[in-house]
Amino acid sequence: MSKPTRITNSIRALRFARGEMTQAELAQRIGVTRQTIIAIEQGRYSPSLEVAFQIARVFKIPLDEVFQYPDGESR
Amino acid sequence: MSYEEKGTWVYLVTSAGAYAVYLAIILGRVADTPVADVSYAAVLLWTAGASIVASIIGRTLVETVSPSDSRRGDVRDRDVSRFGEYASRWFLVAGAAAALVMAMAKVDYFWIANVIYLGFVLWAVAGSALKLVAYRRGL
Repeated sequence: MSKPTRITNSIRALRFARGEMTQAELAQRIGVTRQTIIAIEQGRYSPSLEVAFQIARVFKIPLDEVFQYPDGESR
Repeated sequence: MSYEEKGTWVYLVTSAGAYAVYLAIILGRVADTPVADVSYAAVLLWTAGASIVASIIGRTLVETVSPSDSRRGDVRDRDVSRFGEYASRWFLVAGAAAALVMAMAKVDYFWIANVIYLGFVLWAVAGSALKLVAYRRGL
């Protein structure tokens, strides 16, 4: 199954690097459901810019250290 | 599965189920009565009403059996909902357009009412199905 977005992210690794933060805890901190965090981690949902910034703020790192977009032509 | 996704499943099942019941009753009547004389209005209203009530009860039951973390929708739920409504709106448009043409052609009220009801049902069923695909496969 092809992923609907080319955006990748490091949320899973970042959660584990931050004392194994749970998906539920991250979801609660940015005001979304746990299922949305799962969908973002699996690349099934591209979050809005606002949610992306909120996630980066939780980890206290710049946005492009959380989300990556591959070089090359866009679709 | 999120609260809104479970609700979408319930809505899909109750919408399709209510229409199946309506169709079974009406087809039973059409067998021995001319279409123009078939009494459909009460059945249509009752099945549409029952669908709404069943949807509320079904959602409550699902939450009792399998409680969600939260009952509040979020930005993804809104995006999924918008996608489903947008992509399925053509069924509603087609139903209304067909009814308009049928009214201008002076087709019997039975058919006009039924094509509008069918449009609503297809809109609800297709919209729910598309939302579930979006929840499962992504947006």
